[in-house]
Amino acid sequence: MPKHLIDPNKWIDLYSDYLFNYTISRVNDRDLSKDLVQDTFFAGLKSMKNFKGEASERTWLISILKRKIIDYYRRINSNKGKAEVRMSYNSDTESEGDWLEERVADPFDKNAESVIENEELGEAIYGCLGKLPEKQATVFKMKTIEGIDTETICNELNITASNLWVIIHRARTAMASCMEKNWF
Amino acid sequence: MNTQMNINKACEKANHVCDKSQYKEASFLEKVKLNLHLIFCKACRKYSSNNQKLTKKMHHANVECMHKQEKEVLKQNLTKAIKEQQN
Repeated sequence: MPKHLIDPNKWIDLYSDYLFNYTISRVNDRDLSKDLVQDTFFAGLKSMKNFKGEASERTWLISILKRKIIDYYRRINSNKGKAEVRMSYNSDTESEGDWLEERVADPFDKNAESVIENEELGEAIYGCLGKLPEKQATVFKMKTIEGIDTETICNELNITASNLWVIIHRARTAMASCMEKNWF
Repeated sequence: MNTQMNINKACEKANHVCDKSQYKEASFLEKVKLNLHLIFCKACRKYSSNNQKLTKKMHHANVECMHKQEKEVLKQNLTKAIKEQQN
């Protein structure tokens, strides 16, 4: 008997944010990330029969998404040669005469280690968010990640401001204790 | 008994202000009162410290998520695809 079962009806609620965050950190484009996540779900749906249940649904979907991201880079790289011919080094008239050194990537800006650490931190955060009750997770995401103001959240979810702060308090307490175990 | 209840209420209020200040929604006076409370209350100091750590990590991780409307569209498309596959 398989250890994990598959249920595509729950995919959006359970994994869309995690997959989206995973994608956007790699392609740095919001619309493209949405498309890749959607393609991943469709591909997952088509190949549901191949799911053996040995890995979790999330791991399985991530492995599909990875292929999608690789395919995307392969596709744009096939046109890279043409793009390089067209590219002029200094098309911007405003930056004409700038020092060449200013155009070189800053080695202290972001190194591989900090990128990996950020990815792991993002995974830890989504892991902890996944353990929260649905309402707490929704309110916490809207307030903390999306930065939506209190009034808008209250109107959208039909709750009072004091109710929102109680939910935020519970979510933050749970998140802090989960992160303390996994990260701090 | 009464003193205990007053302490609990003060801590509850302090935690509430601490949460609000993580989103820059606490007033100056509220923050002053919170800091005064933190001098005497060890439990709230711990909560405040963990809360600040969480805020820092959330900023540092720079996590992003889909908006509600975007999810709705995605949900509709997936539901449609599921139905098509079942037929």
